[in-house]
Amino acid sequence: MQEARVIPLQRTERHRRFNPPPVVTEGPAVEPTPLRPGAVEPEVAGLRRGVADALAFARRRMTGDYQVDEFGFDPDLTETVLLPPLRAVYQKWFRVEVSGVENLPADGGALIVCNHSGTLPLDAMMTAIAVRDNHPAQRYLRMLGADLVFQVPLLGALARKSGQTLACNPDAEQLLRSGELVGVWPEGFKGIGKPFSERYKLQRFGRGGFVSAAMRTGVPIIPCSIVGAEEIYPKIGDLKAIARLFGLPYFPITPFFPLLGPLGAIPLPSKWHIRFGEPIPTDTYEKDAQDDPMLVFNLTDQVRETIQQTLYRMLTQRGNPFLG
Amino acid sequence: MTPKVVLVTGVGGYLGGHLAARLAANPDIERVLGVDTVPPHRDVVRTLGRAEFVRADIRNPLIAKVITSANVDTVLHASLTAVPPGPTRRTALKEMNVIGTMQLLAACQRAPSVRKLVVKSTAAVYGAGARSPAVFTEDDTPKDISASGPARDAVEVEQYVRGFARRRPDVEIALIRLTNLIGPRVDTLLTRYFSLPVVPTVLGYDARIQLLHSEDALAVLEQAALRPGGGVFNAGGDGVLMLSQAIRRAGRVQLPMPAAAMPTAGRLLRGARLVDFNTDHVRYLNYGRVVDTTRLRTVFGFTPRWTTRQAFDDYVHGSGMRPVLDPSLLAGLESRVLGTRN
Repeated sequence: MQEARVIPLQRTERHRRFNPPPVVTEGPAVEPTPLRPGAVEPEVAGLRRGVADALAFARRRMTGDYQVDEFGFDPDLTETVLLPPLRAVYQKWFRVEVSGVENLPADGGALIVCNHSGTLPLDAMMTAIAVRDNHPAQRYLRMLGADLVFQVPLLGALARKSGQTLACNPDAEQLLRSGELVGVWPEGFKGIGKPFSERYKLQRFGRGGFVSAAMRTGVPIIPCSIVGAEEIYPKIGDLKAIARLFGLPYFPITPFFPLLGPLGAIPLPSKWHIRFGEPIPTDTYEKDAQDDPMLVFNLTDQVRETIQQTLYRMLTQRGNPFLG
Repeated sequence: MTPKVVLVTGVGGYLGGHLAARLAANPDIERVLGVDTVPPHRDVVRTLGRAEFVRADIRNPLIAKVITSANVDTVLHASLTAVPPGPTRRTALKEMNVIGTMQLLAACQRAPSVRKLVVKSTAAVYGAGARSPAVFTEDDTPKDISASGPARDAVEVEQYVRGFARRRPDVEIALIRLTNLIGPRVDTLLTRYFSLPVVPTVLGYDARIQLLHSEDALAVLEQAALRPGGGVFNAGGDGVLMLSQAIRRAGRVQLPMPAAAMPTAGRLLRGARLVDFNTDHVRYLNYGRVVDTTRLRTVFGFTPRWTTRQAFDDYVHGSGMRPVLDPSLLAGLESRVLGTRN
């Protein structure tokens, strides 16, 4: 059998003055405090301001000088590139009217639970803008998306950059615990892909995972009712075979799609109303209440009923779906 | 409890070699033994001080003799290569990783002097995928991980370590899951990847990457050997960089390629002996991976000195990379439009 040999790497007399490992002194770079305050930036407006902002944005993007959080949310990109076109659709096409903004907390976490409809998830994007533009502190809505979204190339990357993350309890709880406004559409594909004949009838609210996430983090649940999204793509049929071919949950037929081709993909200009309801507190229950399935189901039903009743009330107040 | 005799595996590598040097500089430790099949690098040898090098293979039962004869009380297993920097022979690597760990653990089990075991693992055990949570905690189980690959080795090694923990409950076991290492002096998969002149990525994907500075990795492993208590800890720098952002910060040119072309590109890079593009790595470049380091901060008591961004910038500066486009050019243009002078 071989013997293990101890090989001294240095001669014995050099043992005494062994070199300590190099201590790295360079720590995080600290910006020196300027001795004189910098020059006051002159007020520049109009085109020059716009050009300067575009240049600043280009510089930040090309040198990678922007912050991204651990979910991949990129506020710089969202604010400059993603939101403006959506905001135009929000204001000019759907003419969204928002009420109940006072029910959104000024700070801290909250879970906004909405009804889902419209074949394509435009309602989620419009709700995000409704929160961003109407909240006094201009807060971002962090949305929870289906795993299908994150499997699709480009779409998945964009979804992460716009602040969405996978609809799973760890992610939701992490966001809520760090004090974010989180939006969830618990009906999922059942809600968004329901036929036009079942419009404004809430589907099953999943397994109540969102309720247990809110209870575990002690944040309020804010029911949110969206009217108008059902009319953008009236789904009158479903090509199941094609859907299965592409691995989609459904393949919709609307009066104009696929009949008019890409033109049929333009949403109908319905008039939208988004109402944020009164917050339902979840921190009044005792600890580990989220492990009581009956309590979770009851709370889920309460949220669902609140949204459904608000929808019916808003529908009776609404006149023409396209003129409002 | 300060360890008296420490055995460090994998001293031929960067982490093992520098760890042995750091421990040898600690006057409270009586003896530091470094084990590997290859001697440490010349630069490391100069810093090793009184650390002794034992040329032995941990796959060989001989290792048991080393442990018992030297009365080793702390074993620092730093030889696991779960994210190989370059193309390697898969079978040889798996042998070294899995069989080596099994032999080492078998030797430790028979050595009553062993009181502490520190295992360097990797965050790659969590896998990466569209259906994984955005932030992994220590309790998450492997998901979306290829059936054979270096990351799978790490999963198997962790299983053996858990088995060892059951059989030797008196030994404190610290399992450190490191995120990808980066730094000016370390040679890792990512340092090689970002030093490619044109960096291939998968079209339509952008990964969230979390990095750990190599000095922080050394510090956390050293502290794991010195501090009492064990446990499983994620170790990673604060904050996140997007893959595209990192490429821009390094001043490299990104080349998005369709997913179908990725295997060919991977084969080319492997053939050129540049970067190892295995399935797990491509998945990592698609989805990225972020770990929760709350437990490291609160329970373990270690806060990395470099954030992900600082570690990356240190690597970029230390490697002498310069951005293709000078940022001051755009900044100058911007201030001219605004009419400010600076």
